[in-house]
Amino acid sequence: MKIFILILQLAWFIALAPFLSGFITKIKNNIRMRKGPSIFQPYYNLAKLFAKSEVISETASWIFRVSPLVVFSSYLTASLMIPVFILLKPFSFIGDFLALIFIFALGRFFLALSALDTGSSFSGMGSSREMFISSLVEPTICLIVFSISLQFGSTDITVFSGMHTVSIAAIITALSLFLITIAETSRVPVDNQETHLELTMVHEAMVLEYSGRSLAFLEMAAYIKQMILFFLIAQIIFPVYLPGPINLVQIFLWCLWYLARITIVAVIVAFVEVAVAKMRLFRVADFLGFAFILGIIAVVCAVMGV
Amino acid sequence: MISLLTKQLFLFDPLALFFLAVIFVVSLPSAVYSIGYLKNSYSPKKIFFSWIILCAFLLSMALVVSTRNLIIFLVAWEIMSLVSYLFVIFDTTHEKSIQAGMIYIVMTHLGTVFIIAAFMILRNYAHSFDILAIKTACSVIPRTEKNIIFLLFLIGFGTKAGIVPLHIWLPYAHPQAPSHVSSIMSGAMIKTAIYGIIRFVVFILGASYSWWGILVLIIAVTSCLVGVIYALMEHDIKRLLAYHSVENIGIILLGVGLAMYFISINKQYLAVFSLIAGLYHLINHAIFKGLLFLCAGSVYKATGTRDIEKLGGLIKRMPQTAIYFLVGSMAISALPPLNGFVSEWLTLQAFFLGALQVTGGMKLFLGITAAMLALTSGLAAACFVKAFGITFLAEPRSHYALNAKEVSLSMKIGMFILSLLTICFGLAAAIIIKFLAKAAGAATGIEISSLKFSLNNFVLSTNGGLAGAGSNSYLSVPLLAFMLIMLAIAGFGFYVFGRKRAEIYKTWDCGYYKTDSRNEYTATAFSKPFRIAFSFFLLPYRRTQKIRESFYHVKSFSYETHTTQVFKKYIYNPALTLIFRSAKLMRRIQPGSIHLYLGYIFVILISLLMFMQKF
Repeated sequence: MKIFILILQLAWFIALAPFLSGFITKIKNNIRMRKGPSIFQPYYNLAKLFAKSEVISETASWIFRVSPLVVFSSYLTASLMIPVFILLKPFSFIGDFLALIFIFALGRFFLALSALDTGSSFSGMGSSREMFISSLVEPTICLIVFSISLQFGSTDITVFSGMHTVSIAAIITALSLFLITIAETSRVPVDNQETHLELTMVHEAMVLEYSGRSLAFLEMAAYIKQMILFFLIAQIIFPVYLPGPINLVQIFLWCLWYLARITIVAVIVAFVEVAVAKMRLFRVADFLGFAFILGIIAVVCAVMGV
Repeated sequence: MISLLTKQLFLFDPLALFFLAVIFVVSLPSAVYSIGYLKNSYSPKKIFFSWIILCAFLLSMALVVSTRNLIIFLVAWEIMSLVSYLFVIFDTTHEKSIQAGMIYIVMTHLGTVFIIAAFMILRNYAHSFDILAIKTACSVIPRTEKNIIFLLFLIGFGTKAGIVPLHIWLPYAHPQAPSHVSSIMSGAMIKTAIYGIIRFVVFILGASYSWWGILVLIIAVTSCLVGVIYALMEHDIKRLLAYHSVENIGIILLGVGLAMYFISINKQYLAVFSLIAGLYHLINHAIFKGLLFLCAGSVYKATGTRDIEKLGGLIKRMPQTAIYFLVGSMAISALPPLNGFVSEWLTLQAFFLGALQVTGGMKLFLGITAAMLALTSGLAAACFVKAFGITFLAEPRSHYALNAKEVSLSMKIGMFILSLLTICFGLAAAIIIKFLAKAAGAATGIEISSLKFSLNNFVLSTNGGLAGAGSNSYLSVPLLAFMLIMLAIAGFGFYVFGRKRAEIYKTWDCGYYKTDSRNEYTATAFSKPFRIAFSFFLLPYRRTQKIRESFYHVKSFSYETHTTQVFKKYIYNPALTLIFRSAKLMRRIQPGSIHLYLGYIFVILISLLMFMQKF
């Protein structure tokens, strides 16, 4: 039974994560009065990449080859900590919210290394920028977990996955997490997924040398990471109210609500991306500083109990 | 007779045993490593000499942590400092070694002065040099004296540990010693200072007042940030590691400081837990920093340079060293499932659990301190992406790296043992914590068996150890590692199944088919965003020079960038100037006349006699 749920959960993430990106792109294009690619474009891209052959740089070592797998498996492991089918908690002993952050760091570390591996100055630039942004993200995430721990009494993800009242502290925490998510999923004010402009790219620069299946794995990993972060935001501000006993109908309803919530977050992200302009790299420090201040305010609110 | 002597002289409680374990866990692999490392680099006579001083060094460290007599402690402490000084100046031909040795010996003696002063005050109350006797006598020491003793110990041991701003000697001395000694100095020697703090401040003085813990926390978090920011700017691989020692001492002291704070507010469960986190990071740091120094030594041995800007591509030339260095880098960057991750997770949990039990502003303080710890670990990861990426990946940046060869077997064995330990200490965390709990219990004097620890399966109950109610924070490192590996294997299956043959081709170079190692990203460039973001602290400056052939044609262009060493410039240099200036003033009373000197002696004698009358 546990194995079955495990596979179900993995399938859930792998199947639905690309959809989220396609959905955001679609909304962005609709706001801009464009038709845009289909919602299922990420799936087509993945299928295409999977069928293609790879080109590997002659400079690259084994780090370059294993990185996509490490990145993929670390984000997928992180996804196992997310209570998708909340009423069936099969994996509650892998780790908590803190461990999740550290696992993200594992994937990022290898991605940044693989970028340096090819010797291309573009990917080196991407690697440097990614590590810069992510290290400034780290304290804010810690404050977010801290605030959640103060509000719910634990760093366990399941404690705030169920029913809870939405306090001011929770809203500010979610807001701070939202800014962090924008930075971590390489979205507009921080990075831009749509361009290959050498002056601005961060994530795209790191994966520049990848092609074929390796790239497919990396893209998939990025989608999964995005879905996890969206889920966490949704979880804090849209809690669950499930009456009655646990049965299949309940689980089905929960899954629908799950999707609905992350879709709402995705819509907000899309609007934000259209509304703001890309920042200069060194302005990103200010942006993340703002997120940090929000994190502190969230902790203060949590301390005051509002 | 002998057993009586050992009872009188030694104290083998769990705390001492733990530190003995730390010392030997780093030293033995380093000793094995040194066989290959010293060969061909030094004359046989010098190698023989190095073995003798290595033994003296290890024995003195072992004596420091196991003696119960303060006099013996001091003697051992001095031998440890002097012998390690011999190692710092081991490369006598190097001018830098002499300078580093000078800074080291001055700083370490400065620290010892404070320790001696503290010992003298303690002795004044206890009338004994025995540690246990002093512990019992401690209850009569008045508040102000206790505070003074604490501060003296903090400065004295802090100098040896390398806390900011007393860290100044560490980035000079550690890199200059031979690599196996750097590994022991960083892995074990600076830990004896932490032993001193735990033994004398926590065990003997009992961490009585809450401001002690808070002060230690503030110092610790400053050390973390300063250490890691300087490390990011550093391109000498061994100095980079030395700065990371400053950072990691900070992380260890975060655990110790939290324990001190919780003892003072009488939260015993949390105190033991925080100390466990601190001790765990201590032994982890000993292992992975020892490993990293050994790897850095291998790189130095193979290439002849420590400047990472000149390296690159070593992963193909030294594949095994590269793997060991990668393991060490991952551990120090706190990546799961290795040991650094477990101890940083525990330290953060200590903050989080503690915050649930304290009130008001203290919660916020703990939160921000924890956030700074997270920032540190993020920056450390960036630093090690730089260190590993620039040293081992891409194409060689100079002939130094081009001709590198894999190192000899004994060196590989030394590194292998430590990387194995790095992995084991991550996976077997639940078992190790049981041992650490004993040491932490002995240090804090808290009966751990009466506390309901649900740590053995790594579940932390949030409500002060009373298992049951409340939700738990949990972590299972083996399961985590298992899932990571299984999913990677599954991914690999998908990756290879029916794939087309991969093509090996040049790195994309915008159609300009002449890229070489000069186009690669450098360490300076990699750390540029950090240099700009932390410019308020680093105060970077650059020098550019154009040599012109004519007004229109620039023949050559040189560019230098440096960061200002704030502590050196604004604290140590003014202090040195002050000392030299006052020395010049003092010279006036030394005109060389024997009559005057006799007069001085007379005056001193009279004043001493008058001083004696007072008591």
